[in-house]
Amino acid sequence: MTDWPEVRLHVVTGKGGTGKSTVAAALALALATEGRNVLLCEVEGRQGIARMFDVEPLPFEERRLTTGLPAHGGKPGVVHALHVDPESALLEYLSLYYKLGRAGRALDKFGVIEFATTIAPGVRDVLLTGKVFEAVQRNSRNKGAIQYDAVVLDAPPTGRIVQFLNVSNELAGLAKVGPIKSQSDTMMTLFRSPRTAVHLVTVLEEMPVQETHDGIAELRAVDLPVGGVVVNLVRPQDLTPEQLTGTAPEQIAADLAGVGVDPEPDLVASLVTEGREHAERRALETSQRALVGELDVPTYELPRLPQGVDLGGLYELAAMLREQGLA
Amino acid sequence: MSQTTRFGPSGSPAPALDVDALLDDTGVGIIVCCGSGGVGKTTTSAALALRAAERGRKVVVLTIDPARRLAQAMGIEALDNTPRPVTDVDDAEGGHLDAMMLDMKRTFDEVVESQASPEKARLILENPFYIALSSSFAGTQEYMAMEKLGQIHADSVAPGGDGRYDLIVVDTPPSRSALDFLDAPERLSSFLDGRFIRLMLAPARGPAKLIGAGFGLITNAMTKILGAQVLRDLQTFVAAIDTVFGGFRARATKTYALLQADGTAFVVIAAPEPDALREAAYFVERLSADHMPLAGLVVNRAGKAPSGTLGADEAMAAAGRLRRDDPSSPTAGLLRLHADQVRLVEREQRLRHRFAAAHPQVATAVVPALASDVHDLDGLRRVGDLLSGG
Repeated sequence: MTDWPEVRLHVVTGKGGTGKSTVAAALALALATEGRNVLLCEVEGRQGIARMFDVEPLPFEERRLTTGLPAHGGKPGVVHALHVDPESALLEYLSLYYKLGRAGRALDKFGVIEFATTIAPGVRDVLLTGKVFEAVQRNSRNKGAIQYDAVVLDAPPTGRIVQFLNVSNELAGLAKVGPIKSQSDTMMTLFRSPRTAVHLVTVLEEMPVQETHDGIAELRAVDLPVGGVVVNLVRPQDLTPEQLTGTAPEQIAADLAGVGVDPEPDLVASLVTEGREHAERRALETSQRALVGELDVPTYELPRLPQGVDLGGLYELAAMLREQGLA
Repeated sequence: MSQTTRFGPSGSPAPALDVDALLDDTGVGIIVCCGSGGVGKTTTSAALALRAAERGRKVVVLTIDPARRLAQAMGIEALDNTPRPVTDVDDAEGGHLDAMMLDMKRTFDEVVESQASPEKARLILENPFYIALSSSFAGTQEYMAMEKLGQIHADSVAPGGDGRYDLIVVDTPPSRSALDFLDAPERLSSFLDGRFIRLMLAPARGPAKLIGAGFGLITNAMTKILGAQVLRDLQTFVAAIDTVFGGFRARATKTYALLQADGTAFVVIAAPEPDALREAAYFVERLSADHMPLAGLVVNRAGKAPSGTLGADEAMAAAGRLRRDDPSSPTAGLLRLHADQVRLVEREQRLRHRFAAAHPQVATAVVPALASDVHDLDGLRRVGDLLSGG
């Protein structure tokens, strides 16, 4: 059973290098069950989705990406993907809401589009989040669009997430009235509602855990709903610290010989060292896990896959997320 | 650059990056550390700076966002835009180390204040567009890191300066893409020089009729979307910034030239992950296209190759056999860790060899992953030792 039954928009953030894009993709797969339609969005121009799923670079257009993770004995749903870039989002927004005609083209010609999307404060974020908003709460003018059961946003990193989602605040200093202002207010209503959850991805290291802690405080300060913390890249834990450091080399050599492995001294020494270093890293993880526990939000853990995350790995991670209740 | 003969993309490992030779080369006055986010740039640049200082260089490190405890250890908790001496640096070789955490907005404000009359500066500093531009524009941080680099270089390194430093180590902002660092100044100045700005300035400069019908069309459309007040703020901002703009552009050009000069060395930082190495490859190509001097690649957080000849599959098979007899066998657990480690190292090596095959000229230093975080000078010294192959 999912911990987040009401949530339609799952925002996934995290410090660089923690694997937030991987978690966002796995979450989309996990949500796409029983014929549900899920949209996975990226907004940072990285084409990370295309690389993870090994497809052609995505256009500004919703595309069927893959089949979701089926439930036990059930049928799967469908994951769609969308790569949101601010230029296309602005042009779509203009054509959807304003009949600008010749002026629209003139805007482009005079560099206004470029201005609005690269430098006009807050506008870039409003455009990106605006498109995501539209995917969650379909605009009646967008004829024939798919109604999604859930939208997963691979969002900017933790350090920028509040600025990114808190669009009306960012615009407040600029547009006190006018259509952009009311548009951003409507968006904030969704982002602050229980239909949105901002999940934070971390690894059990000092900096990322600290950033997660700060990120949660910042989100709460502006009433954005904090979802779960996904602890990623966790090291295997099938041995106790005593077993890791306390197993005698003689014992290891005897065990190896017993199953037909040559107990060469190099190998035995290597196993002892690996055990000790693993124990050291685990101890660090344990202290950081305690800090994550103090955050007082639901946490989910994903293991480090030694061969890296390929398509099969994404489905494995999706299954773990579903089992733990994030999806 | 060394001339090497290659026959197709062989898996030959890259030449080793001689970090100490780089740090000891008095011809090198600037080392720029760049790479995508989360690869250990800040730690690496601090470790390079400390090692250089303890080898006798007079060093300042410009850092962007160090871990809190590392910042404390270096004495730069306060973000005050002024280099502060780092204590407990071994000065036996006659070197010293200052550290500074960059305050992007403050740097930007200082530039404006130095370029405009007090009255005009106030107008700019209070404008909402300027406030947003100076604190949140993607690229401002990169631009300001370069601005500060140019300032310190002119004040303290270049001939005629006070000679306080002979080496500046720069940590670049945690960008989405490593390339942002090189592109941001150009983006900022091309924006300030763009058609849009010209358009906004037009009414202030001459009779509207010379601009033609286009202007009315644009302003009407923008008023409709943004509202009139936004447009007015924008025009004020543009008019004000235009007066300091000449200075911006000239300085950006000068700093860019400084980066291309022989006294600069770029060190590209990566982790042995596909995304980070892809970014590193883009960066290497871009540096060579822009004639920027590349010293080499640092691959952080590499897995340590286990000794012995037991492969991953054999280790897993042996672990399975042990568990049949004793499900809680510690040796089985250790074998599984060993298998994971072998696979990890194989995967990382494959990635690095692929990089080396495509960029055989790039000297590389591989730094093994540390078991714990770095938050003091001793930790930085250890990283420095590892960087130089110790």
